[in-house]
Amino acid sequence: MIWINAIIQGLLLGGLYAMFSCGLSLMFGVMRFVNLAHGDFAVLSAYAAYVLVEHAGGTPLWTFAAVIPAAAIIGFLLQRLLLDRALIGGSLSPLLVTFGLSILIQNALQQGFGANNESLFVGSLSYESWKVNNSIYLGRLDVIVFVIAVALIAGLQLFLSKSRPGRMMRATADNRRSAALSGVNERRVRATATAIALATVAIGGLFLAMRTSFTPTSGSNDLIFAFESVIIGGLGNLWGTLLGGLILGVAQTVGSQINPADGILAGHLVFLAILAYRPQGIIASRYADS
Amino acid sequence: MSAETTLVRRYSRTTLGALAASGVLVFVLAWFPAFAGESSVNRLTQFFSLLILAVGWNLLAGYGGMVSIGQQAFLGLSSYCVLYLSLHGVLAWWGVPLAIVFAGLVSVPISFLAFRLRGSFFAIGTWVIADVCLLVVAQVETLGGGAGASLSDLNNYRPVTVDDVTYWVGLAIAVSALVACALVLRSRLGLALVSIRDDERAAEATGVNVARTKRIVYVLSAAICGGAGALLILANLEVQPDSTFSVQYSAFMIFMVLVGGIGTFEGPVVGAIFFFLLQQWLAAYGAWYLIILGAVAVAVTLWLPKGIWGTVDPKNRRSLVPLRHRVTRGRDSTSLD
Repeated sequence: MIWINAIIQGLLLGGLYAMFSCGLSLMFGVMRFVNLAHGDFAVLSAYAAYVLVEHAGGTPLWTFAAVIPAAAIIGFLLQRLLLDRALIGGSLSPLLVTFGLSILIQNALQQGFGANNESLFVGSLSYESWKVNNSIYLGRLDVIVFVIAVALIAGLQLFLSKSRPGRMMRATADNRRSAALSGVNERRVRATATAIALATVAIGGLFLAMRTSFTPTSGSNDLIFAFESVIIGGLGNLWGTLLGGLILGVAQTVGSQINPADGILAGHLVFLAILAYRPQGIIASRYADS
Repeated sequence: MSAETTLVRRYSRTTLGALAASGVLVFVLAWFPAFAGESSVNRLTQFFSLLILAVGWNLLAGYGGMVSIGQQAFLGLSSYCVLYLSLHGVLAWWGVPLAIVFAGLVSVPISFLAFRLRGSFFAIGTWVIADVCLLVVAQVETLGGGAGASLSDLNNYRPVTVDDVTYWVGLAIAVSALVACALVLRSRLGLALVSIRDDERAAEATGVNVARTKRIVYVLSAAICGGAGALLILANLEVQPDSTFSVQYSAFMIFMVLVGGIGTFEGPVVGAIFFFLLQQWLAAYGAWYLIILGAVAVAVTLWLPKGIWGTVDPKNRRSLVPLRHRVTRGRDSTSLD
């Protein structure tokens, strides 16, 4: 029964990872680079919520209304001011710029808040759970996060397939030049993609801060988990990313069940095994070769 | 004697002068511990470790086009190799060359996994691999587990001797790394490498074995980073998994190479000197120095993409190292080749 519990808890955790990775996947699709500061933006949002709660009071839930739009605006500006410029400089530049940003954000947070673990306390929500049987309990917050993650991915998928800006994004992802030739404003598409990506990673960061704790440097792990989810699931497919997140979550909780120190390692090993035997990911798609 | 002709030369007055100056510099550096205080000797050892890292990363990213954030894997594995050998009776100093070879050998199987990924994904993939090394090494109790271990077999020597020998080991590794890089870049392999970096498909089409060339460079870069790892355990006399496998080393490597000038031979040297001075100057300011480091890395990538050396020498005309042939006009009696 403990194994079934580990798998169920892993699936719930995987929802959170999927939430982190959908923005990464979206930005990669449109611009063909991985934002190495992705996880740090999650942590930055968590600290923003923390400061808001400390100084303005109330429960952390209302901070969503402030932090998520702010993250989207930061994403838009980030794209316009830094990343657009970095994209001109070839394929190394965006990587180097975002890695520099990552160091900058981590150490600025360290300077401002110290290296302590922080957490967003959400009252009874953080410990209430539904009892399934004597050994399986579903944390209410965990289930809520999972449902929101699935809804977010469904919403994003719907946006990409049905809406006009979403279609433009897919067109840009498919073939940048043809899309531009048929009238897609590439600059706007890129800025929109980054804004959406940062909004989703902010949601992930806030929920992560409520579920567990965060430190100025924990963004590195968030980035790695998001990346592993994307690769395990298969590139360029949001449902694949969800699946990848779930597999990673299960690998980590089952690994921790075997030996409490081995959770993260088990996740890495599943990722490396996928890389060795199925590098296109579980759900292969047409972007797999790029 | 002869008429004015077109000459293809590798050496020039500048490169010969620079070569002679480097020879003198290495000679002076070799005698440095004889007349300098211990603290300056130790500082220079620190500088050598930075220089070695910068050279290793520049070879991989600047010439091989592979941005890795996981070179700390080889740094840490090599440190631990020195420790392991010393626990089994091999004096730490003799462990250094073995650890460098070990880092190179380990990188071969790792390359088969890492090369499944390209570009951004290669960068994070190598990071995951480094994290796996950290998590595995931290569980080996005989190597000290998560708390790390100290290198105790040098305790029988006078501290001054230990510091001086470490310094010479550092100098030797740094010089060897630079010479190895120069030789690689002058060879057929170097030419293949630059062609791959500029256009992988075109290189493949002209008969360059892309996978093999990249793998050789990856292994060489791993061995060089392993040299830095072996040097660091000698300098610190202890090793701790969280610090030796820290991604911060990647940040340092990237910073030095970017600021100095990525893809140039002189760049990492300039970058290492710049970073070393910055570190000395900002050491007292704690996290601020890393904040500045991140900001400078962003600014340099965007507004000074060629780095300091690339800006000083934009057309690669004043290269101090005889790496490539160039066409000049002159009398062939004056040919220096």
